[in-house]
Amino acid sequence: MSEIFEILLGLGDKFAAHIVLAASAIGLGIIVALPLAVWASRSATVSRIALGFASLVQTIPALALLALFFPILLSLRAVFGEDLPTLGFLPAFLALALYALLPILRNAVTAQANLDPGVLEAADGVGMTSWQKLTLVEAPLSAPFIMAGIRTASVWTIGAATLSTTIGQPSLGDPIFAGLQTQNWALVLAGCIASAGLALVVDALLGVIENGFAKRSRLQWGAGVAAVALGLGGALYYQSGGDDEDTIVIASKQFSEQYILAQLIGSQLEKAGFNVEYRDGLGSAVVHSAVANSSIDISVDYTGTIWTNELDRTDNPGREEMYQTIVEWERENTGVRVLGRLGFENAYAFAMREDRAAELGVSSLEDLVPYGPQLAVGGDPEFFERPEWIAVRDAYGLRFGETRNFSPTFMYNALRSGEADVISAYTSDGRIAADRLVVLEDPREALPSYDAMIMMSPRIAENEEIARALEPLIGAISVEAMREANFAVDREGEGKLSPKEAAEELADKIGL
Amino acid sequence: MVNTLVEPTGGRVLFAGEDVTSLRSAQLRRRVGYVFQGIGLFPHFTVGENIAIGPRLASENLTPERVAELLTLVELEPDMASRMPDELSGGQRQRVGVARALAGEPELLIMDEPFGALDPITRDALGEKVRELHEKLGLTTIMVTHDMAEALLLADRVLVMSHGELVADETPRGLLGGAGGEIAQGLVAVPRQQAEKLADMEGRLAHEEKMP
Repeated sequence: MSEIFEILLGLGDKFAAHIVLAASAIGLGIIVALPLAVWASRSATVSRIALGFASLVQTIPALALLALFFPILLSLRAVFGEDLPTLGFLPAFLALALYALLPILRNAVTAQANLDPGVLEAADGVGMTSWQKLTLVEAPLSAPFIMAGIRTASVWTIGAATLSTTIGQPSLGDPIFAGLQTQNWALVLAGCIASAGLALVVDALLGVIENGFAKRSRLQWGAGVAAVALGLGGALYYQSGGDDEDTIVIASKQFSEQYILAQLIGSQLEKAGFNVEYRDGLGSAVVHSAVANSSIDISVDYTGTIWTNELDRTDNPGREEMYQTIVEWERENTGVRVLGRLGFENAYAFAMREDRAAELGVSSLEDLVPYGPQLAVGGDPEFFERPEWIAVRDAYGLRFGETRNFSPTFMYNALRSGEADVISAYTSDGRIAADRLVVLEDPREALPSYDAMIMMSPRIAENEEIARALEPLIGAISVEAMREANFAVDREGEGKLSPKEAAEELADKIGL
Repeated sequence: MVNTLVEPTGGRVLFAGEDVTSLRSAQLRRRVGYVFQGIGLFPHFTVGENIAIGPRLASENLTPERVAELLTLVELEPDMASRMPDELSGGQRQRVGVARALAGEPELLIMDEPFGALDPITRDALGEKVRELHEKLGLTTIMVTHDMAEALLLADRVLVMSHGELVADETPRGLLGGAGGEIAQGLVAVPRQQAEKLADMEGRLAHEEKMP
């Protein structure tokens, strides 16, 4: 319990970012929804279209909606120029505002439709202009219902804002995503408690305002508005204090190795006197764009990933040439500086149980070919569709008797229980060491390499001080050391470490 | 149609010599008092604020004395000004509605079935009161009703409409004397027969009481 409390105390900046993001999104939602509701109350067509659109948006899962704004903003760069951010605050803000639209709009439209027709007739009858009618009669009478809509929208938005972590916007989702990946339940709980607590408090405050409107008590709704404004102001103040140019933002994707390496890089930079901020749990697809437009400063990426996703290449020129090509390509096209390789690969590889491999006398993919038809191969759900598998299959003429799909965790279980003889493993996976698996060699270099490398954003590319601080990491991490650190974070029970602890241990091991 | 809540599809309505559709409707409506069956008091305003709304729209402030005066005019307690509409009875609310219509010192008062939702006693009392105010304030009043008795008792001039056509334009005296044509006479016949039947019943009761 005290652990959760401790984590909660450390969440101040995420909390502030979360509040500012959610409040801005709800604010935009209100600014768009209210005039739209007025228009909708004057025209049935507008009402149908607006409500239909808002409902449609609501059917898109929040996670997908957030992710969709990346390509949308990317294409809008044609209009607004290259400075338009595609990650971080802007897309999260826009997506969440869209999400907040429906409850506010629907309540406002319903409230208007349910106004007493006698009162509206009287408003016309006493000679109100349509603006006077709106401000003196329709708005005050609809206010409690609209406020109820804003309350609903707020609770949704505060909840959904946790998902903005995946597109590089700090939020209370950061501890949740990091905790889920490393199975650190205290982190997950702390994030959930913080965001749920925030939602409850906001709901209660807005309830006070709603009630004040309903009872027409100016004092009550005034107090509610003041409390909300105070909280928002506090968050803004907190946020404005923390952000300065010297802070180096280190990103990580959603798996343990990335969290550990981010911590390792962070501690190196802190030792060199830099301020460091972590942007954990980014979607794999957005990390490269984020580093290229300097919304993050440092990431660890893999040669094979960049090769396929950014250079759009499917050939395999070999490990060294692939790396050199990428370094060159980044320098010319994105301005990203590839500082160097860490020394290990997190590639696809085929792994077998030690006893089974010994029994068959197999140590490389070549050795495996004659036994293929009698064996079952397990892979993650996408593996058998990936170019890596096709390359191996064609290079060796490898055929297996049976092909099975597993989620990564179950893949290792299947190998242990004998349901699969060979699996597509990840070379730096901690379970290779823990289960004492044999990684089969690939003499024909059919599998592309996935060298881990440090990427520096154009903003800090020229900063030699940073480069010097990170230099000791280059070529320093063996695949064995990385496996051990990964396993320490992934494992259950005794000996389980947090990414930070694992990073410290790794630093000791490589002599930093 | 007079205050352009409904636009005429044909013909013209002249108000003080001007076509109503040529006037700014908000301005026109402030010169015309309007009372209707739905009453339509603003539930978020006090009784006093409801009464003062017309002048307020024209950027005039009604003094509390004037509000009290208007309340007295419709036979309500002046201290009712601070009450909310939902604390009042139906009859009281319509009295406030009348006071609101009179607040702007209108040139014309339109009453669209104003007493339709009220109980008969309140209805009768209010009818009398409105007629009295009409005399006292020298108003021009147009009242729409389905109740011919009400029309005959309160009006100086009765116009009968049927299917959108004007079928009679008579004084109450003329209508009772048999003028105005078939449709108007059909309407006059209803309260007349009711009155005759009642008189008949009363006569019989009186007769029975005299019996030993």
